[in-house]
Amino acid sequence: MTDGARSATPPGLTPREVATHCPYCALQCGMTLREDDAGVTVLPRQFPTNRGGLCQKGWTAAELLDHPERLTTPLVRDPATGALLPASWDTALERVVAGIRAVQDDAGRDAVAVFGGGGLTNEKAYALGKFARIGLRTRHIDYNGRFCMSSAAAAGMRAFGIDRGLPFPLADLGRADTLLLVGANPAETMPPLVRWLTEQRRNGGQLIVVDPRVTATARQADLHLQPLPGTDLAVANALLHIALTEGWVDRAYVADRTSGFDAVRRGVAAWWPARAEQLSGVPVADLEATARALGTGGRVIILTARGAEQHAKGVDTVTGYVNLALALGLPGRDGSGYGCLTGQGNGQGGREHGQKADQLPGYRRIDDPAAREHVAGVWGVPADELPGPGVPAYQLLDSLGTPGGPRALLVFGSNPVVSAPRAARIEGRLRDLDLLVVADLLLSETAALADVVLPTAQWAEEDGTMTNLEGRVLRRRALRPPPPGVRTDLAIIADLAARLATAETPATQPPAARPPGTEPTSTGPAGTRPEAVAAARFPAAPAAVFAELRRASAGGAADYAGISWDRIDANDGVYWPCPTEDGPDTPRLFADRFATPDGRARFHAVDHRPAAEEVCATYPLHFTTGRVLAQYQSGTQTRRVAALRRAAPEAFVELHPDLATRLGIDDGDPVRVTSRRGEFSAPARLSAGIRPDTVFAPFHYAGAGRANSVTNDAVDPISGMPEFKICAVRVEKA
Amino acid sequence: MTARVVIVGNGMAGARLAGELHAREGDRKVTVLGAEPHRAYNRIMLSTLLAGRIDEPDVELTEAAGHGVDLRSGVPVTAIDRSAREVRTDDGERIGYDHLVLATGARAVVPPLPGLDPAALPERVVPFRTLDDCRRILATAEGARSALVLGGGLLGLEAARGLAARGLATTVVHPSEHLMERQLDPAASAVLAGTLTGFGITVELGVSATGVAADANGVRLDLADGRSIRADLLVLSCGVRPDTALAQAAGLTVRRGVVVDDRLRTNDRSISAIGDCAEHDGVLTGLVAPAWAQAKVLADVLTGTDPLARYRPRPVVTRLKAAGIDLASMGDAAGGGPGEELTFADPARGTYARLRIRDERLIGAILLGDNPAVGTVIQLFDRGQPVPSDRRALLLGRALGAVGATPAASPALMPDAATVCQCNTVSKGALVRNWRSGARTVDAVVAATRAGTGCGGCRDAVSGIVDWLSQAESVEVTR
Repeated sequence: MTDGARSATPPGLTPREVATHCPYCALQCGMTLREDDAGVTVLPRQFPTNRGGLCQKGWTAAELLDHPERLTTPLVRDPATGALLPASWDTALERVVAGIRAVQDDAGRDAVAVFGGGGLTNEKAYALGKFARIGLRTRHIDYNGRFCMSSAAAAGMRAFGIDRGLPFPLADLGRADTLLLVGANPAETMPPLVRWLTEQRRNGGQLIVVDPRVTATARQADLHLQPLPGTDLAVANALLHIALTEGWVDRAYVADRTSGFDAVRRGVAAWWPARAEQLSGVPVADLEATARALGTGGRVIILTARGAEQHAKGVDTVTGYVNLALALGLPGRDGSGYGCLTGQGNGQGGREHGQKADQLPGYRRIDDPAAREHVAGVWGVPADELPGPGVPAYQLLDSLGTPGGPRALLVFGSNPVVSAPRAARIEGRLRDLDLLVVADLLLSETAALADVVLPTAQWAEEDGTMTNLEGRVLRRRALRPPPPGVRTDLAIIADLAARLATAETPATQPPAARPPGTEPTSTGPAGTRPEAVAAARFPAAPAAVFAELRRASAGGAADYAGISWDRIDANDGVYWPCPTEDGPDTPRLFADRFATPDGRARFHAVDHRPAAEEVCATYPLHFTTGRVLAQYQSGTQTRRVAALRRAAPEAFVELHPDLATRLGIDDGDPVRVTSRRGEFSAPARLSAGIRPDTVFAPFHYAGAGRANSVTNDAVDPISGMPEFKICAVRVEKA
Repeated sequence: MTARVVIVGNGMAGARLAGELHAREGDRKVTVLGAEPHRAYNRIMLSTLLAGRIDEPDVELTEAAGHGVDLRSGVPVTAIDRSAREVRTDDGERIGYDHLVLATGARAVVPPLPGLDPAALPERVVPFRTLDDCRRILATAEGARSALVLGGGLLGLEAARGLAARGLATTVVHPSEHLMERQLDPAASAVLAGTLTGFGITVELGVSATGVAADANGVRLDLADGRSIRADLLVLSCGVRPDTALAQAAGLTVRRGVVVDDRLRTNDRSISAIGDCAEHDGVLTGLVAPAWAQAKVLADVLTGTDPLARYRPRPVVTRLKAAGIDLASMGDAAGGGPGEELTFADPARGTYARLRIRDERLIGAILLGDNPAVGTVIQLFDRGQPVPSDRRALLLGRALGAVGATPAASPALMPDAATVCQCNTVSKGALVRNWRSGARTVDAVVAATRAGTGCGGCRDAVSGIVDWLSQAESVEVTR
């Protein structure tokens, strides 16, 4: 048995198994956890998405359950020494409550902010949003999904009226005649998905990959377009231009099912292929071959991922590919469509239930009066007590500790010190807070800066639901309870809410009585004591939270009202929207209509614009970031798993041998990458698979190798997505 | 801030400038006066329209309208009154300006041949420049079986390809010995002529026309070598001449085009010129890219977005892209002089490549036919970036320069450290060790190492190694 799969447990245990899903990416591979005397073993499980496949991250996931670095007691910073010292839960939570009270009394409710994560279960994401809005009564909550799929989400919303990563089951990939992946590298980010790509090509399908690097995924492609970073939108517009001039646009579909095409048609008329070629470097012949494969294939799927989305023009770039898909008549056609490959484990569900600055559960807008009425009714508060929209993640982080900005921050399931752009600045913002509280299972780089660290349960220690990249709601099942000293996020939220309610003066206490005509709150009659009210409002049991989430989401775009845990168990998951318990769920969207008021999908004319920062004499190279197979996100978990650390121990700077020669750099030499915002250092890794004008580094690492020290904090004007994928740098031998 | 901007011309340059102004902050009134009675359209797509693959609406461009932009098409301007700062339209209207931009473009040249009166061309003789020209060609081509194209430059060849695609027997007559002689060397011209012949286009080189005779039944082109060619239609593609009439009449400095400085200003501070009608630093552009670059600079200057913006011409890339023809020409490709010269020619397959390199930079290139590196070559030339150390990567395509799929090496030759399964980081050595420890089937090796359990892509490789181990073992046993 290789390392990582087992961890020590007390002897004499009765072997037991639980069917659950991997804790990491949005593929949410089915796995079985078995615990016996030898420890916890990960076993692959036949599930319709991964079909028994697991990558190294999944196989070794259990290693963290009993990891020596696991946090098992709260930590509180000692004001005298500055050290983080073990403390009781009571001490730690009282410190949190006192800190929140002090800040809010002095600077108002919005002086406290909450930062969530796309790895939290639906129940936790829901509870966190509710806690921010009616526990803390702050408008400031957002989450790291802003750094993940927010551009695709915004583009999907404005085109289709709904945002579900894949509007069709993953299995459709295997049947596609043509599959276009734009800025997606699933061979490293979600390897078991590649089984569908293999099946697709075995069935005679054509795989086309757009990526500035010859990635593990691009190597498998029939055709690889290797554009300059930041030019994906020009490529999309040129593809549609070709489709128009070749007569591949589905005019009947455009007329019957869409609106706004004429403006797009006129816009892409200005993107003749030779123009896009000069900008992107993608040969006209390859653009034509791609357009032909998309325009003349039977079942055709276009997918985008972070490569296309993490730009200050990410929404427009995704819209360019959505326009292409609509013009070709793909969305809603059997086996065809546009989709986004969601990244984080619950990136999909995490954006549906109220963690986002501008949203309430069920993918409702917080500025929509009807949505506010509905959700306030479920929560048992008057709608006018709900705060308004907050600000997107980067803007929130960037304002921390500044005049007028939040002075306290509660972080759940995120590590922005590593994952935020221009990370050194964000690290400084966090240090300037009056109070930083981090709930995590390990001492992440962000937790290490905290005033209070709260140890939380892991995936194998909690129940709940996750919504995978297909919009399929899955069950996460507990194998065993959290170790002594560790609490679930839901329990922490419940306890904090109760303590805050107790501390609150009656005059500012939100009324316990619900408005007339609304449904009762989740857990029976509310008491009159504030902490009793809070306990009723913030149950710690995930089943109770899910029951409430169902009601809160009812009637929303992401309608979970008809989804029960039993139904999930009986059906390998349930696709939302699913409004009624006895009605069908929705594996495929858009067959008859789109989720817009008139049922039509909407085209939006989008034009290429330059990156926020272009290369110059001082910073002559394009820099782009991405992922490696053996690490996940900020690496808090995976960098602590022995096998993964061995496989991908440190950051590296990938550069072309010609560039390396010009810079006097050999393979393995330490190099320094510098931008206007900072620098990082890592060994050089020479590869002919990258453009000579571009360098790449994975962003999973902290400290001297932190790639995000140099990335650009320019954000998309619609989604708030930072421009992780392109900035200008200088590279030198360190 | 300029309050009232009047743009004369709604072509590629004028419409673009209106869009650039529209996109910038500020309070101003922009009036665009287009002589043609159409929406702004993309001239580059006219050859596609000629080929019959698209309809007229498909060549329309985005027009800036509203928010202070007043767009009027079918309104020719007849005069500029510089002292009154007014333009006069053909219906007598006077429109005042604070800044006037001439984007009047260029007109097709009608060669001075007997039988061709520029003011009254015969019905079956049409220049190829405007949307109306295109309509006339299409109307005449209706029911026609043959066409002649006079002029073997870029546009003439695009027109010929379009007409041939409609099924017309097409002949190109070109006075020079080589097609596109300003962009191509003789070898490239020969390859291109071969490609055109393959599409059923007859190419007559090195012969000039001496006269045209047209009647209701057809058109006859007389050639200097005494021959005559008859066809149902004659398309003139003999170059263009900047439309400088307004500027000239207004007393602006005009050489071949309206003379402008780096800020696109004429000798009148209140008047600029951009696009095909403008002459900057002695150069007429005639292409879209420089016209659009000029529009951007002028918008920056006029709106104060970047008062220091200056137009800096970039090296020109000429791209001919018609169905089945792929040609890129840039810089001084045909010339001689010091530096490296790389060529590749495969005339039978219509492929030719010539690269000229000096000081590690491309100074010129011709790429014709199937050249996978064409995108890279264009970018390196356009940006003046250093060329790869392996020149073959540029000449022959990325296959040599990039990492291809690694062919399955013989397991025996594979080093122990080589990673077989990327998803689970399993080396060949680990597979061998597990086999030696008793895992004698593929399933057993997989179970012990997890190789092949991620994306599944290495299952064949794992099987190959297990087979090889089994055979090696049996050989040892036999011994």
